[in-house]
Amino acid sequence: MALRQEQKTTEPLVSIEGLSFKREQRIIFDRINIEIPRGKITAIMGPSGCGKTTLLRLIGGQLKPQKGTIFVDGLEVSKLSRRELFTLRKRMSLLFQSGALLTDLSVFENVAFPLREHTELPEETIRTLVLMKLEAVGLRGARDLMPSELSGGMARRVALARAVALDPMMIMYDEPFTGQDPISMGVLIRLIKLMNDAMHLTSIVVSHDVQETLSIADYVYILSNGKVVGKGTPESLQSAGSDWVKQFINALPDGPVRFHYPAADLAKDLTTGEPPC
Amino acid sequence: MLRALGRKGLSAFSWLGRSWIFIIYVLLGTFGVIRRWRDLIKQIYSVGVLSFVIIIVSGFFVGMVLGLQGYNTLVDFGAEESLGVVVALSLVRELGPVVSALLFAGRAGSALTAEIGLMKSTEQLSAMEMMAVDPLRRIVAPRFYAGIISMPLLAGIFSMVGVYGGYFVGVGLLGVDDGAFWSQMQSAVDFHEDIMNGIIKSIVFGIVVTWIAVFEGYDTVPTSEGISRATTRTVVTSSLAVLGLDFVLTAIMFK
Repeated sequence: MALRQEQKTTEPLVSIEGLSFKREQRIIFDRINIEIPRGKITAIMGPSGCGKTTLLRLIGGQLKPQKGTIFVDGLEVSKLSRRELFTLRKRMSLLFQSGALLTDLSVFENVAFPLREHTELPEETIRTLVLMKLEAVGLRGARDLMPSELSGGMARRVALARAVALDPMMIMYDEPFTGQDPISMGVLIRLIKLMNDAMHLTSIVVSHDVQETLSIADYVYILSNGKVVGKGTPESLQSAGSDWVKQFINALPDGPVRFHYPAADLAKDLTTGEPPC
Repeated sequence: MLRALGRKGLSAFSWLGRSWIFIIYVLLGTFGVIRRWRDLIKQIYSVGVLSFVIIIVSGFFVGMVLGLQGYNTLVDFGAEESLGVVVALSLVRELGPVVSALLFAGRAGSALTAEIGLMKSTEQLSAMEMMAVDPLRRIVAPRFYAGIISMPLLAGIFSMVGVYGGYFVGVGLLGVDDGAFWSQMQSAVDFHEDIMNGIIKSIVFGIVVTWIAVFEGYDTVPTSEGISRATTRTVVTSSLAVLGLDFVLTAIMFK
């Protein structure tokens, strides 16, 4: 029994094998393999449009892969019935880029929403739990505000409180730092790290904000053109990644990804004098 | 040309198929709506009560026009005492259910589409799904039932106010006999034949208009352009559906 338990805690929480996914003619993923270890913060990075959000939706079972398998805590997500999938989703959370708070409910009711939907807890207990979650993200005082009265950073913090309301085993963060001012960004970075360590969560952070993500990630996968082009700890990637990875991580304007869009030779282009069509 | 026609046909069939699957899932959420009756009442307020003003004002004006036109025609035959019958029958059988359904499509239907479309584009529906809550049962089902409950009530109010509009013009301004107006109306309007059929019509319109509205919202392309298109489509499609169905129902009911 103890051996089985130990085996379970060492195997990855999410394991993706040979995953292929395409939208119409565009290949988003081409036979990729990713493993998300338990209790760690794993970052998935890559340029815009490389399918990072799609990956989270695949893990959450909102999309089905065309090929390959996705296991979450030993369950193959695409083979689950709707009921089984919903049971699994109670144990994982996805934090959307916009926060996706329910606009007709107050901050308090938003955090209470999953508790009211999935538990029969008395009102007093719900109140205590909600206030504790809001306290953890520093917004206990904002409980009566409506989502329209919150700033972008505050909305994401409320969404984070809502995401941990049911004490999930895993949280997936979709671009948590996009469009944040430095203070909100710092708060979010600290909260993600704090939540992960204090609640023994497994976190997946999808982002293209390199420095912020690398500062908290234990392990990093870098995606580009449907493939995993780099993986490792933040330190190993910074020192031993490919040229492309180095360009991405160091935000260099020119490298394997050219600054110039492919075009004819400049001198030739200027001298031919053809009018634009 | 042939290819474009085929593509249009296929997309129409796929729309129809999706809307049926959608409504079956919504109907499966009926029990949840009863359990969460407070939500239903909230939705009846925003779908029904907030449409009150437009229904009352329009009903009164339509009744006034009916009174005026009816009087002008009837007076030539010396039958202006029958004005009450003309006004009441036109309203209860036709104009009440049809015009209130058209107004309902414009006021509540478009609002439902926009609301659900906006929830989709701001990822609220996705977030609910990820919280293991089915948005079809939690968001769509109470709105759907609120529409079905509100529509016949609004149509009834429309007809009632319309009758008073006709009374105001006929009796108040044009001098038709008060007693004749009401007594002829009472003897000519049949509860089963006229009023019940009118109610059945408005229930059918309520189902169709709300179904189209919530489906268009749920099926929208989640961008601002997509929402505006879906809202327009709701009003156009449901208005056409109401007028088309009205003919079919009238043909069945009043043979």
